[in-house]
Amino acid sequence: MAVNLFYFLVFPGLLFAAVTGAFLSWFDRKITARVQFRNGPPILQPFYDFFKLLLVKETILPKHGSPLIFLVAPIFAVFGATMAGVFILLPLLNITTGFRGDLIVIFYLLTIPSFSYIIGALASGNPLAAVGGSREMKLILSYELTFLLFIAGIIMKCGQHFDLYSIIQAQKAGSPFIGSISGVLLFVVGIFCIQAKLALVPFDMPEAEAEITEGIFIEYSGAAYAMIKLTKYIMFFILPAFLVALLMNGFRFEGIHILWALLKIFAVVLILTLIRNTNPRVKIKQAISFFVVWMNLIAIIALVLIAFGY
Amino acid sequence: MGFKNYCFKKSLWVFHFGGASCNNCDIEILDCLTPRHDLERFGILLVGSIRHADVLLVNGSINTRDKERLIEVYNQAPKPILVVAIGACGCTGGYFTESYTFAGPVDKIIPVNAYVPGCPPKPEAIIAGIIKLVQNS
Repeated sequence: MAVNLFYFLVFPGLLFAAVTGAFLSWFDRKITARVQFRNGPPILQPFYDFFKLLLVKETILPKHGSPLIFLVAPIFAVFGATMAGVFILLPLLNITTGFRGDLIVIFYLLTIPSFSYIIGALASGNPLAAVGGSREMKLILSYELTFLLFIAGIIMKCGQHFDLYSIIQAQKAGSPFIGSISGVLLFVVGIFCIQAKLALVPFDMPEAEAEITEGIFIEYSGAAYAMIKLTKYIMFFILPAFLVALLMNGFRFEGIHILWALLKIFAVVLILTLIRNTNPRVKIKQAISFFVVWMNLIAIIALVLIAFGY
Repeated sequence: MGFKNYCFKKSLWVFHFGGASCNNCDIEILDCLTPRHDLERFGILLVGSIRHADVLLVNGSINTRDKERLIEVYNQAPKPILVVAIGACGCTGGYFTESYTFAGPVDKIIPVNAYVPGCPPKPEAIIAGIIKLVQNS
């Protein structure tokens, strides 16, 4: 029991994932600044933002809306992200949970933050938040099937294992999955799914800041918004870590391999950031056809290739 | 208190309220956020919603229609909030002081923490004003 609480709250869970995610979020902002020939924020900037929102600012409740659901939604978002983080990071740290089928659980837990955002946005009673919430719903509907096909491809590739630990061990025994044609195709699909899950720029229409002024988060202020920031930091770490676990061999913590582990995470975040900086925001219709037609097509081609052993 | 105040100073998010402006000050404010002046190195971001703002930048002359909207925006902001009046119109009324639609300079309507005069003020002047605001708050 105590060990489980430690896993959830401190080491692979809340504290560790939040701190690492905050540093990755700084890395993202710094790379964005360098792409635009700017200097960028200092390294502790995500922590300043978070503690300012948590400790200094006032939380305002919307007049027309449901205050209880409005405040509980960010807590659920943090819970879902942390829970998914524990399930993803424990196998990565070579601690077996003994739970066969955790991939399916991770898949469901990763959608909890998005659903919480939608519920919180609709509870705020703001029309722009409602627009953002409906866009987030359409986005979930479009990328979720693709993400499921991506996970199905990994499961087929490693020989019908449904737990992350066996998938990582299968890659360590053989070669990493990304070293084949189908692996590269799955990597492309996975990167775009993560981009949409994190709501980074080509797919950031739920929180389009110039268009509907942060959309789903428009009414959040103070500590409630700090919880949303915390969720975003955690998701920014665990989703690249999930991709590394599924396709790139996972982490090893001995000697030079620590450097490799860091480089893998940084490489995935760098790709996400560069996609974000070189693309305009697409319309929701374009995003749906992008995922439903093109990404599903690539995922199915990858599945066929896997079936033929490439 | 020291830690809280430090975090607050290091991460000021700015909401921009333009009154009946001639758009010169708006352009100079946007200039501050471009690569040349880059206010993000001080942790300053432009946000779209007043709920996320720590600083309310007000520019342009405030006429009778803007007045109630400015008060509404100020009341909707989560406290503590700092208010900065930019440009001659925001500080004193400038050219429009005698106008029949003019509803008083910004500090007659809401409390103001810093003034950046100029018509329009240069981006360097705006940055200097914000640095002074941060040092004195």
